Amino acid sequence: MTVAADDLEALLDRASSGVALDGLRIDETDDGYNLEAGENRWPGLDEAALGRALESSDEYVTNWRYWQETVGGEGTARRAFLRWCERAPLADAEDQADAEATVDAPLGVPERYDALRDGIDREWGQLSITARFVDIDNPDGERVYDLWHVDDADSDLADLEVYDEPRDAREIATHDDDGRYRPLKTAPTLPAGWAFTGLSGDDLVDAVGFFYPATIANWHRERQGALDVDHWLETAERQTGIYDVIDELPREAVEWMTEACCVDSQCLRRREWEYEEGDDLDADGGDGPFPCREPCSLVIAAARKWAILESEEERTYELELTTSELNQLEELIDAVAEGRVDEIREADVNDGANRYRARYLRAKRFGEEGLEATKVDD
Amino acid sequence: MQALVIAAHGSHLNPDASDPTYAHADTIRETGAFDEVREAFWKEEPHFREVIRTLESDEVFVVPLFISEGYFTEQVIPRELRLEEWDPDRWESDGTSASQATLEAEDVGKTIHYCGPVGTHDAMTDVIVQRAETATENPDVGEGFGLSVVGHGTDRNENSAKAIKYHSDRIAERDRFDEVKALFMDEEPEVDDVTDYFESDDIVVVPLFIADGYHTQEDIPEDMGLTEDYRLGWDVPADVDGHRIWYTGAVGTEDLLADVLLERAADAGADIGDAREAVRELAASVAGTGADSGPERGSGRGGLDA
Repeated sequence: MTVAADDLEALLDRASSGVALDGLRIDETDDGYNLEAGENRWPGLDEAALGRALESSDEYVTNWRYWQETVGGEGTARRAFLRWCERAPLADAEDQADAEATVDAPLGVPERYDALRDGIDREWGQLSITARFVDIDNPDGERVYDLWHVDDADSDLADLEVYDEPRDAREIATHDDDGRYRPLKTAPTLPAGWAFTGLSGDDLVDAVGFFYPATIANWHRERQGALDVDHWLETAERQTGIYDVIDELPREAVEWMTEACCVDSQCLRRREWEYEEGDDLDADGGDGPFPCREPCSLVIAAARKWAILESEEERTYELELTTSELNQLEELIDAVAEGRVDEIREADVNDGANRYRARYLRAKRFGEEGLEATKVDD
Repeated sequence: MQALVIAAHGSHLNPDASDPTYAHADTIRETGAFDEVREAFWKEEPHFREVIRTLESDEVFVVPLFISEGYFTEQVIPRELRLEEWDPDRWESDGTSASQATLEAEDVGKTIHYCGPVGTHDAMTDVIVQRAETATENPDVGEGFGLSVVGHGTDRNENSAKAIKYHSDRIAERDRFDEVKALFMDEEPEVDDVTDYFESDDIVVVPLFIADGYHTQEDIPEDMGLTEDYRLGWDVPADVDGHRIWYTGAVGTEDLLADVLLERAADAGADIGDAREAVRELAASVAGTGADSGPERGSGRGGLDA
C-alpha cells in the first residue's frame, strides 16, 4: 500500500489548522509539526520529515483521506452511519458507553484495515451491509458497500438480482413475497433475492433511506441523546379532522394497540414512545436498532377505528357452541392474528383454523344474519 | 446546500398513489438543481413528521403535491413539519394565490420555505394543456376541440373548486380550444353530464388530480359513460352521445408537473439554474412520442384512503 501524492498534499494543507482523526494527529507548533499515528509519535518535524513520516503511516493517511475528503459531513447522521458500518469509533460514543458495550466494540485503524479487506458486516433491520475496500489487494482507503437481505447472507451473488441504483430500493420494498403492498416500510416482510453491490457511501445511505426512511436520522439523534419522543397522548391530541377522535381511546386500549402493532413480529422499529411522559405502556418496545419516536400513520389510522369501536357499549350474548367449537373460535382468531392462515394445510382438519373446519362451523352455526346469538342484557 | 421536499398524500392501501411523487422527484434529481430531493408523505414514509431531519441542507423548499389550498396545505403539513410560526395568513392567498412563507422547523433549526401547492401555480395551466396534447397525441390540439378540467369539488372546502375554475378560465382566455368548462364530481356542474356542456364533437377531459386511483380510474370513466365497468377499460377516444371523449386520467402523472414543482421552489428563492429548461425538454420529447397516453385497462381498484 502506498500513499498517493495528492493524499499527502491534502493532509499537509490541513496540517496547519490541526488534524485529528482515528489516531492520526498533526499539530503545528513553533518547533515544527507534531505527528501521532496510533502508537507512534514524531515531535518537531519539518515539512519534509512530516511527509516521510506520513509515508510510513499510510493506513492512517488513507483513512483520514476517506473520512475527511470522500465522506465529509462532520456531525451528520450519514457520516455516523457509515462509520458504524465499519465499526469505526463514533464521535458521540462517550455518552453511549452502555449502549456501545452491548454491540461490537469499535476498531482502531489497523484492525479495521485488516477487516475491510474481508469486508465488515452489519445488520440494520432486515438489511445486511458489508463495508469493504474498493481495491482489496492494494487498498487506497476508498470504501464501497454491499447491501442485501439478511436471509441472503449465504446466497451466491449470481442467484440474486443485482442493482446499483439506490432508487431501485423503492420498488423492492413496495410488495412482500406474496405480492401484497407494504405500507409499513419497517414491517419484517422485506422480500429477499436482491443485492446492491459496490455502492458509494452516499448511495448506501440513500438506499437504506428508501428501505427504511428516516431510521438513520433518528438512530443518530438517539446516539446523541437528542431523540425527541412524542408520546401517545401528545400525538393523539395533535390530530385534527377525522383523526380528532383518537385521543378518546382508553388507556387500556392503547395497551392492546401497542401489543397488536408495535412488537418485533410486526415492526422492526423499537418503540420509544409511551402513553405519556412517566406513564409507560406494558408492551415491550422491541429490539430493533432504530428507534420509533412517535406513533406512525398506520397506528394513527388504526387507532381511529379502535376509538370508534371502543365507544360502543359491551353487551352479553347467548349462543350455542360445543366446547370444541368455542376453542375453534380461539384458533381462528389466533391464526389470523399470527398471519398463519396461508400455512394451514388443505386437509389438516385437526387445525381449528382449517378452511373446511371454518366452513363447517359457518354452515352449522350461521343463520341468515350470520352468527346466531341472542342479546340477553336488554 | 438546498433541498427540495415534495410533500404528498400517499396511501396505506394503494402503492400507485405515490408513483407520481417518485417520478417527479426522480426527474428533478436528474437535473441536479438540488443537493437533496426527498419525497414525504402523510400516509407513507418518510412521514411529514420525520422528513426534515433526514436532510443535511439548511435551506429547505417544501412543495405540497396537492391540487388545492385547504386542510392539508394549511393545517396538516405545516403542523406535522413543526412550523410553529405558521399561519395561513402568511400566504396572503385568496385561495389560489399562495406563493411561499419562510419559517423555521422547530425540531431541527432549519429554514423552511413553505410553498403553495402545485395545483394552483400558474404553470399548472400548461400542464393541463400538455395533458390534452398527450391524450390526443396531437401537439396542436385545440381547434374543433372542447376541453374540460374536472375536479373533485366538495362543500367542505371552497378552495377545492377554485383551483379548477382558475385554470379553466386561464385556458379559456388563450382561445386555443373552442370551449372550456370546469366540471366536478361532487358539485354542479357535474362531470356525469359532460356532453351536455359542449357543442364540439371532440372533448378532452383532464381530471385535476395528483394520482390515478379510484376517482380517476373508476368513478369518472363510469360517470361519464366511457364504460359500463371500469375493469373493462375504455377507448381513447370513446364515443358518448355523439361526442368523442378523450380521457387518460390524472394530470398529476404528466411529466411536465416536475416543472411546476421547480417553479414553486424557484418562486420561493431556490437557485435552480437551467433545471426548468431541462425538464421542459424532457417532457416535450415524451409528449412528442405519445408515451404515457392511453388508459390503463383493467387497473385494480385504487384511490387515496382518507
